[in-house]
Amino acid sequence: MAQDGGETLGGTMRAKDDAGEDIFVEGVEFTVFDEDGNVVGTATTDAEGVWLIDLPGSGVYSVELNTDTLQGFELRNPDNNPLTGVEVQPTTNKNTLFPLGERVIEESNSIRAVQLFVDGIKLGMIIAMCAIGLSLIYGTTGLTNFAHGEMVTFGAMIGFLFHVTWQFDFLGSWMTSLVFAAVVAIIVTGLAGGLFNEFVWKRLRNRGASLISALVVSIGLSIFFRYVFLYQFGGRAGFYRDYRIGENVEFFGIFTMLRKDIFIVVFGAIVLVAVATALRKTRVGKAMRAVADNRDLAESSGIDVEQVIRWVWIIGSALAGLGGVLFGLTENVNWEMGFRLLLLMFAGVTLGGLGTAYGALFGSLIAGVFIQMSTLLPFISSDMKNVGALLALIIILLVRPQGLLGRAERIG
Amino acid sequence: MTGNNFEDQLKDELIPDAGPIAGPPGDSSDMSVVTSEKLALVDSEAARAALADVPWEPGAKKPDPILVADNVVRRFGGLTAVDAEHVEVQRGVITALIGPNGAGKTTFFNLLTNFDTPDEGTRVFDGHNIDNVPAHKIANYGMVRTFQLTKALSKMTVIENMKLGATGQKGETLWRSVLPFMWKSQEKEIEARADALLERFKLSHMRDEFAGTMSGGQRKLLEMARALMVEPTMVMLDEPMAGVNPALTQSLLGHVTGLRDAGMTVLFVEHDMDMVQEISDWVIVMAEGRIIAEGPPATIGQNQAVVDAYLGSHHDSALDLDVEL
Amino acid sequence: MDWGSIIESLFRGLIGESFIVFALAAIGLNLHFGYTGLLNFGQAVFMAAGAYGLAMMVATIGPAANRNFGWDLSESTLFWAGIFVGVIVFPVIFAFVMGIPTLRLRADYLAIVTIAVAEIFRIVVRSPQPGIKKWTNSSDGLTGFSGTFYDMSPFGTQDRYLFNLFTGNQMFLVIVGWVVLAFAAAVCWLLIRSPWGRVLKAIREDEDAARSLGKNAYSYKMQALILGGIFGAVGGMIRAIGFSVAQPDNFITDVTFFVWVALILGGAGKVLAPIVGASLLYGLLNFSDTFLREGVSADVIPDSIMTGTQVGQVRFMLMGLGLALLAAFRPQGIFGNKEEMALDDR
Ligand SMILES: Nc1ncnc2c1ncn2[C@@H]1O[C@H](COP(=O)(O)OP(=O)(O)OP(=O)(O)O)[C@@H](O)[C@H]1O
Ligand SMILES: [Mg+2]
Repeated sequence: MAQDGGETLGGTMRAKDDAGEDIFVEGVEFTVFDEDGNVVGTATTDAEGVWLIDLPGSGVYSVELNTDTLQGFELRNPDNNPLTGVEVQPTTNKNTLFPLGERVIEESNSIRAVQLFVDGIKLGMIIAMCAIGLSLIYGTTGLTNFAHGEMVTFGAMIGFLFHVTWQFDFLGSWMTSLVFAAVVAIIVTGLAGGLFNEFVWKRLRNRGASLISALVVSIGLSIFFRYVFLYQFGGRAGFYRDYRIGENVEFFGIFTMLRKDIFIVVFGAIVLVAVATALRKTRVGKAMRAVADNRDLAESSGIDVEQVIRWVWIIGSALAGLGGVLFGLTENVNWEMGFRLLLLMFAGVTLGGLGTAYGALFGSLIAGVFIQMSTLLPFISSDMKNVGALLALIIILLVRPQGLLGRAERIG
Repeated sequence: MTGNNFEDQLKDELIPDAGPIAGPPGDSSDMSVVTSEKLALVDSEAARAALADVPWEPGAKKPDPILVADNVVRRFGGLTAVDAEHVEVQRGVITALIGPNGAGKTTFFNLLTNFDTPDEGTRVFDGHNIDNVPAHKIANYGMVRTFQLTKALSKMTVIENMKLGATGQKGETLWRSVLPFMWKSQEKEIEARADALLERFKLSHMRDEFAGTMSGGQRKLLEMARALMVEPTMVMLDEPMAGVNPALTQSLLGHVTGLRDAGMTVLFVEHDMDMVQEISDWVIVMAEGRIIAEGPPATIGQNQAVVDAYLGSHHDSALDLDVEL
Repeated sequence: MDWGSIIESLFRGLIGESFIVFALAAIGLNLHFGYTGLLNFGQAVFMAAGAYGLAMMVATIGPAANRNFGWDLSESTLFWAGIFVGVIVFPVIFAFVMGIPTLRLRADYLAIVTIAVAEIFRIVVRSPQPGIKKWTNSSDGLTGFSGTFYDMSPFGTQDRYLFNLFTGNQMFLVIVGWVVLAFAAAVCWLLIRSPWGRVLKAIREDEDAARSLGKNAYSYKMQALILGGIFGAVGGMIRAIGFSVAQPDNFITDVTFFVWVALILGGAGKVLAPIVGASLLYGLLNFSDTFLREGVSADVIPDSIMTGTQVGQVRFMLMGLGLALLAAFRPQGIFGNKEEMALDDR
């Protein structure tokens, strides 16, 4: 690889994501010129944000970053691009630094509101997809499952395995490959959910374990799996291959969406509508709602409650897995992504009314929109936008404790 | 109306021929251990006798009502669970509240005790308007309730359950609780009273067991005994006999009449008409949230509205009281 | 392998600073969960309240007050004021924020709101916005508030104490910590044996029953939330003094989970449970950590299984698994009584 003295120019592109966590930026293009302005080479950052260009020898070079490939981030010092007069000593690797600022969207305020609303719907759909399972599990078994976030991470990682690690191409197009990875993730997480119910939760129920101990078991499993993911995947952020599909599509001149975001919204909407319809129309769906509504009544009217709970686990986990893939597509895949999403799921579920499937859907959408739109307020910067949603949760509880779609509890 | 007015009225009307309140010593229904000064003013015989002049119609005015509810409405979504125009409960007697399943009896109980808030309506207990009074304060006014699903405090011992019932405990204030000398003597008195009640309810042998180890019937007894620790003037029992074996029912019935004879007012929900016949002095019938009939127990079976409510309106024979409702 | 250092670290875990911190936080959680049945998943924020109450008073609020009002409060005055703010003012505020919306509702709501409040606090404190950073110094955290404390230490900073386990400053902190811990346990013991504690237990068992007997359940739950929060804040303050820094990432949700592990390990609802549990937890954590590290560096454990950086991860995995198994098979704790647990019909 190295020629002559092995001089190289390179660097690592780092940024903070929306939650303020460090991530690496993949897909940024660099071009290196020599003193005479001839192109020496080009390179693109990999999943760990690293780029490297071999040089013909020591000397003074300039480096230009293609700002169209910045994945929505901005350079903190745009004046330093191209970076000129970079001296490379013989036999050394010279690192350059292009500090990145926050991801910014510059538009007028009203247009920005529409843009944020669309982003909010997208985030809300992802939260909803993950939260439906959480809510149905709570409704049918009474368990507040803290390990649900890990199912989200698991789904994202299965998708990552097929899509990135094994580079599994399906029918050639990016979309079909991605759909394939998502379907695999759905199947694997669904199975995992079913197995967990069978070997952990069902046994706990049969032994008459209290809900509190079950809850603590779920906390233990959450910690366990989170660190298994960290151990396996490492602390870095992974990106799906199509993260770099940074092509913006404009709608009515009001808002723009990346191609992958259109994919997320459309795919998500199809799945959510299908789930909502299935809950209303199919026998299993009706049974799920009946059990969530009143377990004893459902049981005495001949519904096989254990069977329903099994399906709740399978479908709820599969949805969480899909949510993980989509969440990984909007941001990145990392070991604690699901755990970070868990709190937003709780917020969505509580907003909608604990234990009701529609409530979870509705509440999550509202939470997603609220999170994004709260950044319109001058005192909420994007690193604090989750704060807005959580505060809204607390305020809603004060005003309408049973949640937006829930109903008051029975006493006596 | 204030509490004083009530007491004046009581003295005027009821005291003249008042006899001793307590039953014979050793009788299991002797509730003298729980009588408070206020109860001593109530003569249940006279109170019962006064019911004779009350018309047999829904919302009938009572000569000396301890509890009055007006236009109490509670809706759950589209369902109107309770819509009671006017209800009065006579002081010093046993009033039964009956009605088919889902009639709204428990909901009405919750509304009367402020465990639930009505959408409309006012309630007056013993001269106090209790519309905006939190549930726990109602106990301090002298009204205490039990629950349809028994609420024994499983992981506390029976004696702890009992001691909890006493009101006005000094040691229940945070800062005093860490200074045992502030409350030790009061605790002793409470414990003595609790032991006496346990004795009456034949639960002494369970004294130091966890309440969770008790049978369903024993829990009902414990819940009633614990309610008496509050020294109430009015006791509200939601299906006190449900799930209690027949042998125990008789003693439970004895306890309930004992409460009345000690001067307390009892309002209870019951499905078993035999028991209602046996111990109640007055019956209020609910159906679909409304009060549809009132009267002495013997008359209720003949009431057409009640028959309709229980058996459907096409049915027109008198209600057979031997059949359990 | 260096068994000496493994044993040393085991003992530091059993009786050291982390044990004290988590035992105090778990005493608070025991009051919340073990006795009152409150599902508090934000104990970390009470701990943070203690840490930041002290740190902000000494390092940012105090100096700002001195500047703006022309006061001349000395660092030690600010230190004692900071203890008051961290132990009383902040926990009371947090308890109100958590409790007012949720204590009238079903237990699950408190669980969600407590996590939410803990997360809100963490996000706000680590915000890089200048208006906030001025007070909390973002993710780097605040320093320079523990001087007054260590100035009181009678121990030589250069010497080591108690079989070489602790430096002078550590020894001082640990001794103060033990005294505080003993005091907290005694207070808890008195509370639980009083009629006040009886009401708490009744609320844990059935809140409606307690209300029907004239107990103001809401008020008692709030009192328990505040008091347990105060114990947590004392723990968090000791943690901050020990690290000499108050940093947001020392109070993440996992810290709350650790407190839960300590409590469940000892058996919720028993006065000594938090102390036994925290001691066991940190004994085990320290032991496994040093043991694995020694194993890795002595090449007993090959790099293909675990590298030095992965030791921490493996340790967390074991802890998570342990917690799950414990809750599944011995929910009453290591020394708990099975029968009593079985009465739980929730
Ligand atoms: N929290 C609630 N939400 C919705 N509906 C309720 C609620 N509580 C009660 N109901 C409804 O109100 C009606 C009256 O219920 P309630 O429990 O008061 O009846 P009840 O007379 O006590 O019946 P039972 O004799 O079976 O105890 C029922 O139709 C019940 O389903
Ligand atoms: Mg009822």
